[in-house]
Amino acid sequence: MGRYVIRRLLQMIPVFAGATLLIFLMVNVMGDPVAGLCGERACDPATAARLKAEFGLDQPVWKQYLTYMGNVLTGDFGTAFNGQEVTELMGTAFPVTVRLTLVAILFEVVIGIALGVVTGLRRGRPADTGVLVATLVVISVPTFVTGLLLQLLLGVKWGWTDPSVSSEAAFGELVVPGLVLASVSLAYVTRLTRTSIAENRRSDYVRTAVAKGLPRRRVVTRHLLRNSLIPVVTFIGTDIGALMGGAIVTERIFNIHGVGYQLYQGILRQNTQTVVGFVTVLVLVFLVANLVVDLLYAVLDPRIRYA
Amino acid sequence: MPDTRRTHPGPEPEAGGRRPGERLPGGPPPGDHPTGDRPRGNRPDDGPDARDGAIAGTGFGGSMDLAADEGRTLEDDPGPDGGGPSGRPRSLWSDAWRDLRRNPVFVVSALLILFLVLIALRPTLLASGDPLDCDLARAQEGSRPGHPFGFNGQGCDVYTRTVHGARTSVTVGVCATLGVTLLGSVLGGLAGFFGGLWDALLSRLTDVFFAIPVVLGGLVLLSVVTSNSVWPVIGFMVLLGWPQISRISRGAVITAKQHDYVQAARALGASGPRMLLRHIAPNAIAPVIVVATIALGTYIALEATLSYLGVGLKPPTVSWGIDISSASPYIRNAPHMLLWPAGALAVTVLAFIMLGDAVRDALDPKLR
Repeated sequence: MGRYVIRRLLQMIPVFAGATLLIFLMVNVMGDPVAGLCGERACDPATAARLKAEFGLDQPVWKQYLTYMGNVLTGDFGTAFNGQEVTELMGTAFPVTVRLTLVAILFEVVIGIALGVVTGLRRGRPADTGVLVATLVVISVPTFVTGLLLQLLLGVKWGWTDPSVSSEAAFGELVVPGLVLASVSLAYVTRLTRTSIAENRRSDYVRTAVAKGLPRRRVVTRHLLRNSLIPVVTFIGTDIGALMGGAIVTERIFNIHGVGYQLYQGILRQNTQTVVGFVTVLVLVFLVANLVVDLLYAVLDPRIRYA
Repeated sequence: MPDTRRTHPGPEPEAGGRRPGERLPGGPPPGDHPTGDRPRGNRPDDGPDARDGAIAGTGFGGSMDLAADEGRTLEDDPGPDGGGPSGRPRSLWSDAWRDLRRNPVFVVSALLILFLVLIALRPTLLASGDPLDCDLARAQEGSRPGHPFGFNGQGCDVYTRTVHGARTSVTVGVCATLGVTLLGSVLGGLAGFFGGLWDALLSRLTDVFFAIPVVLGGLVLLSVVTSNSVWPVIGFMVLLGWPQISRISRGAVITAKQHDYVQAARALGASGPRMLLRHIAPNAIAPVIVVATIALGTYIALEATLSYLGVGLKPPTVSWGIDISSASPYIRNAPHMLLWPAGALAVTVLAFIMLGDAVRDALDPKLR
């Protein structure tokens, strides 16, 4: 187990370096990193050259990347162009997005798995068909349309919730945005659980459990569900990173000042330090979530062991 | 986005840990099996999903699932000695086609897609007006005779714009899917076939691309592009989409490589390209086709999302994404401006996803 974790952590290093290098190149080579400093007008050449020298942007790109990564590893993410520390921005933005992601994952786990189990056990019945059609509709409508419509209906027309989220972004306010963020994944979780349950329902161990007289509830929760959850857990694990990165759209619709908002502002104002810093953290979250999922396999299925 | 990396979250095929030797623990030696034409239940496991490969990879060693499946299909189609069909055996593809034609989901979605392609090629068949012909005096007005969907914020006819928008969306979807499929299946297929160092490098490279959130990568890459055409958007989708297909085709090629007919071809002295093209590719392409069909729908939705964020296509290009995004501030006063293009978009994405599902069901022997 310990050796497995260490091996996985070592494997993460090249992926982490590659992903950060890629995003670093996208931001620094394709865009002009000092353009954002001069506002709407273009910088005059002398100022641009002085700024570039000041920020070390006249160095070769690989050297800039190494310097940057060296700083990041010591906890220094640099300063945004408005003088604020990037870590300070992260301190305000990440708690909000983490709360939003938690709400979304809660929806996925509770509603998605419950619907999946119910439909998987009743394959071919009207309830199953209805849920399947609903998931297809949810998947095919883009998230931002779902978000705008829910905001219009729940927030404005019927007045059940506030149409936008205050700067505190408490859990209660994040229910509707969380549902919107989760919607597509929720549909995938439902379909995945359904397939998995329907497949395992015919297996020998379920027949044995039924034959030895276990109550149906126990058969479903202890035998069937536990064995069917592995693909679902894989999906949810990889989804955590996607949710936090994909929150850009949801946060824009509901005016939530989280990671997506800061990133969007950073990209619009060409604030390179913010963008690279936030993406670096998101990549880390994605990698760690994947590792945790792989370790969870052993909890769900004791046959899987890590040497 | 509709996130392009979500379609098949199965574990990597290498995690299945199958080796050629493990596949036939107690099974008959290869010579005992009727050559070439396998009976229906025993079809090689080219399930479109890496997970299926991992489960059904036992070949004729026979897991319980496969055995039950065989019993059922033999009943449907009794051969002279119970071992195979009596008539001319059907290939996987003709078999799948026979199933597909009877599947109403497939028929409906295929007809929808044909219709979409038709109006993408000839939008004037349905809407003779000019989508850029706008009159501010009519802005945000509802439907009226001759203009069934009403007018948008600039006073353009929503119906005309919705019909003409199909061309951009279909172009983006088809071109991005073609690019992703070509690049991904060639790279993944070669890596799976040759293995070794290149395979390891490519696998790490796909990991790198998977770690970058798609919408975010799009924002960063496309925010510096000033071009007005659809090509930067397509290029971005190919750049971030190929790892998904590459992973799937790599897994499919590794599974197909271990089959007996490939070993037989190798023993007969077939060259690498011949084995790859004649024996492996036709048996490994099914999962790629399924994922590519579903991905096509998600790319269309991704284009709309990027346009909504202001980095995708830009006016005066006519596209559903642009129309939805320009209608979103007015959703309270004039929801029709948003609902029609959004509805068209949803129906298109739905058609491709349903088509992919139907093709998967037809190609996956385990679901029969």
